[in-house]
Amino acid sequence: MKTSIVVPSRRQAQRDDLSSLGEPILQTRQLSLWYGKQQALDGVTLDIPKNKITAIIGPSGCGKSTLIRCFNRMNDLIPGVRIAGEIFYHHKNIQDPDVDPVEVRRRIGMVFQKPNPFPKSIYENVAFGLRINGFQGNLDRRVEGALRQAALWEEVTDYLHKKSGLDLSGGQQQRLCIARTVAIEPEVILMDEPCSSLDPIATAKIEDLMLELKRDYTVVIVTHNMQQAARVSDFTAFLYLGRLIEYGPTKKIFENPDKKETEDYITGKFG
Amino acid sequence: MPREIIQEASSLQAPRGRYLKERLIRGIFFACAFFAIIITAYTIIIFAMGSAPFFESVSPFEFIFTIRWSPLIEPFSYGALPLIGGTLLTTGIALLVALPLGLLGAVYLSEYASPNVRRALKPIMELLAGIPSVVFGYFALLYVTPLLRNIFPDIQFWNALSAGLVLGIAILPLVSSLSEDIIYAVPRSVREASYALGATRFETVRRVVLPAAFSGITAAFILGMSRAIGETMIVAIAAGMTPVWPPEPLRPVMTLTAYIVNVATGDAEAGAFIWSTIFAVGALLFMMTLILNTISYFIVQRFREQYE
Ligand SMILES: Nc1ncnc2c1ncn2[C@@H]1O[C@H](COP(=O)(O)OP(=O)(O)O)[C@@H](O)[C@H]1O
Ligand SMILES: [Mg+2]
Repeated sequence: MKTSIVVPSRRQAQRDDLSSLGEPILQTRQLSLWYGKQQALDGVTLDIPKNKITAIIGPSGCGKSTLIRCFNRMNDLIPGVRIAGEIFYHHKNIQDPDVDPVEVRRRIGMVFQKPNPFPKSIYENVAFGLRINGFQGNLDRRVEGALRQAALWEEVTDYLHKKSGLDLSGGQQQRLCIARTVAIEPEVILMDEPCSSLDPIATAKIEDLMLELKRDYTVVIVTHNMQQAARVSDFTAFLYLGRLIEYGPTKKIFENPDKKETEDYITGKFG
Repeated sequence: MPREIIQEASSLQAPRGRYLKERLIRGIFFACAFFAIIITAYTIIIFAMGSAPFFESVSPFEFIFTIRWSPLIEPFSYGALPLIGGTLLTTGIALLVALPLGLLGAVYLSEYASPNVRRALKPIMELLAGIPSVVFGYFALLYVTPLLRNIFPDIQFWNALSAGLVLGIAILPLVSSLSEDIIYAVPRSVREASYALGATRFETVRRVVLPAAFSGITAAFILGMSRAIGETMIVAIAAGMTPVWPPEPLRPVMTLTAYIVNVATGDAEAGAFIWSTIFAVGALLFMMTLILNTISYFIVQRFREQYE
């Protein structure tokens, strides 16, 4: 299977959409989800490539959060959720009864829409995941590494133990949450509108960070900011009313979408 | 100013009636708040006046720090330490019951119970809170003490242990429902952060939820303690009427509240010196609970700030 992305001609792109993805790390097959009686996802089939940034776009309420929360089984925590279809991680169905959601979440990390640091010191925020995973190595070094990776180290190095995560600014809090996530070295990082509560400068920092992270991680980002999807992602999935309308290389989705709905959404006709 | 603008501006004013209504409503609320303040102030004045004759002849030091309480039998002596000790002993035993059970119950209800179980259990807990304390008192005396006799053969008919245990059950609903509210108030987003890092439910409870709720839970415990200190019927019925120093769990004791009941329901004449002793004891009780409630108030304030 090919791993590089060539920007294909239009025709070829249509044919090659999936094969140009490279090795998929996460896959869904006919995935549907209901909150009680209300259906939020409807037959979503999607392959997420390894070491790429995949953006999920779509209007508010179309099921973007619901979809990425399927990948780390966060929806298990919501009572009354019912799932049909399959979700594969490295070709293993993570809905299988022998799969422990806790193990899944240790490999598939998540950054949330609203920064949610623990009411603990900056250091303890980052060390948390390592401590519960029984990390044996040099904790200080690992915490520093994670904070550096999240481009936060310089700003907080003087009060690692003195300041609570809640004392930081919104953008810093979100980078702290990213540091906390990369500290346990997951394979995939899911980000649910990580910049929606941030100012443009903080947003730019996080976007740079995503491009950095791509080297070591697979990133799936939900965003309703189309420019952001265009700027950072390699592939884009457009979701509408719980259905996957279109999925392909970002360039193609933005410049030359197949579906009318996609085009309307991208050009701001609705949303 | 041009005429049209004046007209436009005047149309922004509220209709007259609304102001009147707003003011009336504000007045009613103010009156209610003011009434509560008046009652509290009045209570304090009554306490001060009622206990004045007592403190004219007994120094506060003697009252709080000496160990013989004998206001009815000569030679008279007014050291309230046995009463304070009795109160703290029954309260302490009650807390030994109410704190662990209340906390476990709260954690279970907010973190583990399914919505259905919670819906079923909460009213049962509130039912427990609705049991009159006189019933609890006789329950301690006639049921718990005989039960305890199997373990402690020389336990006495009235004793601090059974009163304290049942007192603990009586304040359990308060402690656990307050703690549960506080635990429940820890934002869901913080729990999700923990789960997303691969924490189990127990790790999330122990390392995230409880630490975040710590000050609030402490406040709930202090309120429970303050309730236990002020609780009257259970200890008056089951703990006995014997002011001893030091108080012991298996023997009768006398709490501050039990003393007040004892004198107030006895045949001491109003106006007699003995009457002022119950004001003095009441004032002491009032101070203790006031201090505890104030501490808990400040702790709760701090907890609130944490997430704002
Ligand atoms: N916990 C929940 N309980 C019930 N319905 C929910 C819940 N979360 C989301 N939904 C519903 O599912 C649909 C998709 O929601 P969501 O995935 O959050 O959309 P998006 O992230 O694209 O804005 C919405 O209609 C929303 O109201
Ligand atoms: Mg969302």
